[in-house]
Amino acid sequence: MASRAGPAAGRGMNTRFAQFKLVLLGESAVGKSSIVLRFVKDQFDSYRESTIGAAFLTQTISLDENTTVKFEIWDTAGQERYKSLAPMYYRNANCAVVVYDITQSSSLDKAKAWVKELQRQANENIIIALAGNKLDLVSEQPDKRAVPTAEAEAYANEAGLLFFETSAKTAENVQELFTAIAKKLPLDQVGPRHTRPGQRPGGVNLGPAEGRDTQAGGPCSC
Amino acid sequence: MMGIEDAGSSSGAGATHDEERPPPLPPRPSLQPTPKDRASLQSKPTTALSSMTIQTLSFPDGSRGTFSTTVDDSAADDRTSPTEGHDVSALGFHPIGSARKQDTDESMSIMSMAPTMRPPGDLESLLVGDMTKRSPAWMLLQSQSASIQPFEVIRPDHSSTFAEFEREFADIPDESNRDWNDGDRLQLWKSKLKHYMILSSAGKPIYSRHGDLGLINSSMGVVQTIISFYEGAKSPLLGFTAGDTRFVIATEGPLYFVAISKLGESDSQLRAQLNALYMQILSTLTLPGLTNIFANRPSTDLRRPLQGTETLLSSLADSFTKGSPSVLLGALECLRLRKSHRHSINNAFLKARAESLLYGLIVAGGKLVSVIRPRRHSLHPSDLQLIFNMLFESGGIKAAGGENWIPLCLPAFNNRGYLYMYVSFLDGRPDGSASTTDASDADDAIAIILISPDKESFFTLQKMRDDVVTELKKKGHLDLIKATAVQGRPLVTEIAPSAHISHFLFKSRANVQFCMPSLQPTFSSLISHRRLMSLYSHLHASMHARHSHLKVLHCISDEATSLAWITPIFEFYCVAGPNTSRAVITQGANKIMQWAKREEERLFIIGGGVF
Repeated sequence: MASRAGPAAGRGMNTRFAQFKLVLLGESAVGKSSIVLRFVKDQFDSYRESTIGAAFLTQTISLDENTTVKFEIWDTAGQERYKSLAPMYYRNANCAVVVYDITQSSSLDKAKAWVKELQRQANENIIIALAGNKLDLVSEQPDKRAVPTAEAEAYANEAGLLFFETSAKTAENVQELFTAIAKKLPLDQVGPRHTRPGQRPGGVNLGPAEGRDTQAGGPCSC
Repeated sequence: MMGIEDAGSSSGAGATHDEERPPPLPPRPSLQPTPKDRASLQSKPTTALSSMTIQTLSFPDGSRGTFSTTVDDSAADDRTSPTEGHDVSALGFHPIGSARKQDTDESMSIMSMAPTMRPPGDLESLLVGDMTKRSPAWMLLQSQSASIQPFEVIRPDHSSTFAEFEREFADIPDESNRDWNDGDRLQLWKSKLKHYMILSSAGKPIYSRHGDLGLINSSMGVVQTIISFYEGAKSPLLGFTAGDTRFVIATEGPLYFVAISKLGESDSQLRAQLNALYMQILSTLTLPGLTNIFANRPSTDLRRPLQGTETLLSSLADSFTKGSPSVLLGALECLRLRKSHRHSINNAFLKARAESLLYGLIVAGGKLVSVIRPRRHSLHPSDLQLIFNMLFESGGIKAAGGENWIPLCLPAFNNRGYLYMYVSFLDGRPDGSASTTDASDADDAIAIILISPDKESFFTLQKMRDDVVTELKKKGHLDLIKATAVQGRPLVTEIAPSAHISHFLFKSRANVQFCMPSLQPTFSSLISHRRLMSLYSHLHASMHARHSHLKVLHCISDEATSLAWITPIFEFYCVAGPNTSRAVITQGANKIMQWAKREEERLFIIGGGVF
């Protein structure tokens, strides 16, 4: 799980390339995998089966003409029985998306618990976004909403989180969510200060952006 | 059912009464074993079996097939060209005949009483007597009707059972659907031909294939009451029949499993299915995990710990209900590849092996391409069944569209702990990078499965996957695998032209693998597939019934003719049209055996890559 270093960024020919680890957390059936599938493949499947274990996907986005950010995404299963494995996925993460279902108020409580755990256990500079998913259900039937936007937003502000209400089904705010995270990530200053003592430092790679994907091991391979 | 004669009549000859019913046959000399024969059979069954074992051990590799049986004219007339007949004897491969010859207790009596001067050489010659006695009109009639496919003519009492089968997998509307009241929904639930239920011994419902648990809560209650009544009496209930429905109950620690079937499966088959569901639960929780949950709180609702695996249970259950040769035979299917290709793929796979690897598998379209494993361990088919079900039958993993890292317990390997499984589906296209496929539901998806006991080894195994894929691409093996997987199984007519056999299953017992031809064109629909599988499962049940000691079973019904044949080396089942004579089906079977022998190293993975 750890052979890849944290953020890797490079500059060459005026282009910037950075690679970040992102983890999705949240209660089961809130739509974590659907958000990822929308982000990575621009697809949606209403009858999606539960994720088993965790899925690993990558997606690259361009922030501007010469800035490219690659996300390595861990989409985790939300079931209770997988909880003990979660640290493995968020341990070296640079950013996290904690998802809840705006039609299920209990899922926000679970999300808050995840945020707490991340703030206590994960990288100290981890960027956390809170995503209230299934916005499409509420647009159709406003009475289905169980978590008022203001309430979640107030909590997000208080806890220092990015906040979006999303719909994986309609794609609303999904791209925006990831772009906002990418913008907040320290593209220019990657390095040891993003990792805690005892954890491996992220490597800075100054080569050209091309072919970076294949350098899986980065500078360390322990 | 299916008009198959009772297996209890033994020796396979019992089925001959019913044969070729339409024009009455001239009276046959007694083909039934005489009471004396029966008595001697019963008095020393072990001797009969062991002599059989010794004699037949060698012939599938051809070494013992050197019988000097000539192909007699009438057998050759029987829709086989003389040259083909010659091939058979030239290869010296008369396995049925040889099996019969050695099986004196059971079948010599039949042959010796057949009014023929020919030496009792093989099963084909046994039929010669019949053939010569038939009128030309009968021969003509039969040659026309032999083209009737199995199940083309269906008995009315069967058509009603299977008519429901189309709707077997349709969901029962849930409570939110206002067009349906509870009575109607319950009626629909009762109309299902197959049910699986899992409940805790405290009576908490855990899983039901059909109907939400609210709808069937009271039925679950009844089930629990009945089972616990017998448990209380220290005489556990194993099964019972109500009308045409068979109930089979299995108790595993704190769990009750119930299978309810109107499909005519045997108790042991249903029990094997229930055991597979139990294995799926263990695969999620491990045995200590399951035991702890109930030790701490006997009234635990297990649905929560199992959350998200209902689809795995259902896809397993549905594969049983649809009828799966793999499950029936307890064997796996491999992708047919040239030996040299498989060897080279194994080597590429072994070369890239990561230190932490326990098992590595390459699977294409649900068929095994390559396996690498430590010398000390082999993979158990029931564990592989769980993995294949997870990856290919239920959509969860493939739909995720990435690489997966899955903690799972392989109960037959070790039911006490978790292993970690890396799964990557490849697009297999020559130009594509090592990227993963779209969430396509293509049956020819290629998956690389790497299993390790180390939960931190994802990236190590990911690198191994990349190395394997690079190597396979370089040598063109990935395209080869893809092309072979797309091609699918061969048609029976390609395997044994003019064999008049519609479908077969061939299981290599030593390798715990099987092969079969394409289900096209005869068995491609859901219902015809189920009919075929019902016939196979009936043959299988008859052959494996305790104390039956059958080696060959020939069954005839209005719907189909079938032949089952078991030796210590293989199990073989085949199906032909209802009017196919025994000589024809036997010849067809022999042709397929020759093919299987010739292709053995392509059809099956023998040993696999070992490290």
